Amino acid sequence: MIRFDNVSKSYPKQNSPALRDVSLEIEKGEFVFLVGSSGSGKSTFLRLLLREERASHGQVHVLGKDLARLSNWKIPQMRRQLGTIFQDFRLLPNKTVGQNVAFALEVIGKPRGEIRKGVPQVLDLVGLGGKEDRMPGELSGGEQQRVAIARAFVNRPMLLIADEPTGNLDPQTSVGIMKLLDRINRTGTTVIMATHDQQIVDQMRKRVIELEKGRLVRDQSRGVYGYQH
Amino acid sequence: MRAQFVLSEIGVGLRRNLTMTFAVIVSVALSLALFGGSLLMRQQVSTMKGYWYDKVNVSIFLCGKNDVSSDPACVKGAATEDQKKQIKSDLSKMDLVENVQFETADEAYKHYKEQFGGSPVAGSVTADQMQESFRIKLKDPTKYKVISSAFADRAGVQSVQDQRSTLEGLFNLLKIMNYAALGVMILMLVVALLLIVNTVRVSAFSRRRETGIMRLVGASNFYIQMPFIMEAAFAGLLGAGFACVLLVCGQYFLVNNYLVDHVAVIQFIGWDAVLAKLPLVIAIGLLMPAVAAFVALRKYLKV
Repeated sequence: MIRFDNVSKSYPKQNSPALRDVSLEIEKGEFVFLVGSSGSGKSTFLRLLLREERASHGQVHVLGKDLARLSNWKIPQMRRQLGTIFQDFRLLPNKTVGQNVAFALEVIGKPRGEIRKGVPQVLDLVGLGGKEDRMPGELSGGEQQRVAIARAFVNRPMLLIADEPTGNLDPQTSVGIMKLLDRINRTGTTVIMATHDQQIVDQMRKRVIELEKGRLVRDQSRGVYGYQH
Repeated sequence: MRAQFVLSEIGVGLRRNLTMTFAVIVSVALSLALFGGSLLMRQQVSTMKGYWYDKVNVSIFLCGKNDVSSDPACVKGAATEDQKKQIKSDLSKMDLVENVQFETADEAYKHYKEQFGGSPVAGSVTADQMQESFRIKLKDPTKYKVISSAFADRAGVQSVQDQRSTLEGLFNLLKIMNYAALGVMILMLVVALLLIVNTVRVSAFSRRRETGIMRLVGASNFYIQMPFIMEAAFAGLLGAGFACVLLVCGQYFLVNNYLVDHVAVIQFIGWDAVLAKLPLVIAIGLLMPAVAAFVALRKYLKV
């Protein structure tokens, strides 16, 4: 599903690279936590997966494709098989919940019938059934993140990339979001989640990948947030 | 692609940038009106020049049957074949002359019809009334006097005319006006293009949220860029529409309702000439802003 072969990434005008010689493999259906302090390279890792950036050295394979060889016009097709959620939700404030989710389908040219059927279905799945016509501003943070998850998942992606999805939420709400992500993972979707939330990582006992100053320092199945000896 | 979605996006985009859109429309309208006006002026000049203007410098008009009574230069009667031969051979001996053409009365009538076809004076003229003439091209157009003094008093010659002296001043003025119009047009065009680039920049910035999400969920580059390009093309189309209205108004009020009544001797361009320019004006108004927007997007919109 995902393979990094000796991947390094350095940005221009920066002395130390953001990622150094990272090699790892993530199988289909895995749930992976990506941990590390700020500036450890987590964001760069996710940006490489999304092909927002290209690796400076090494190869990144996502969904069986070598991203370095993927031509620019094929990137949108690749991204349709990925879902992405963020700490700041990234909803459109002037569209309703339903329209926000539908937007993701409209802009990739899905037929209207499919949108009309798919949107309520996915909103039910994330626990927002009946809130289709509410505006994002009227919802709590947790509910807004559920809308974002619905939008990311409505296209049934193979891979869900979550960049600190609980960073703006209180612990109790975070647990709800994690349960939802876990449920999505159980449908066969691979989930990669970057996080600082120690409690969540310790509770879930999933694979943990830790980055430090751009290096892969730990890759532990059923791991916890901090080092365990 | 869903038309309704795209259209509503364009509407939202244009309204958000109302002042900028207005500026784009006005500058496109003015530049295209000047462009069309200059094309029409050029056509007007070539209409006025007629068949011979660019081909010859001096014309020797011969006496015809009808001139014997009316013109004092022709009292000795119409030009005979001998006289014509003599003039022709004298002309061909002159170093100054580059070439000579003889225009028969029938040819003269044909050229006259071409130039004044639509005007009321043309109807009253017949082929008999036309004069035969020698049309002469000089190696040095300023040496008109040489021809004039050699042939003006000859039997059978009605008059020698320096074609250029009569209209050259007017044509030079029109030429200068034309260049001025083109210069202003280019300036306005640059202004329009810069406005479009800026509009796209503002528009891309104010919609970065939407376009960011579009990118994330895998909308194609074309789909993301389309609303911006359509916005520019739509504003350009409106501008082109106004330019067409200006041109039509110019033809209607200035030419048809004023100049035609006040300046009877000139054959003016008609509606066919004006209408023929409109598709070109619209095509430029549509394509140029679209291309400008596309280029600007390369810089301001990450896809």
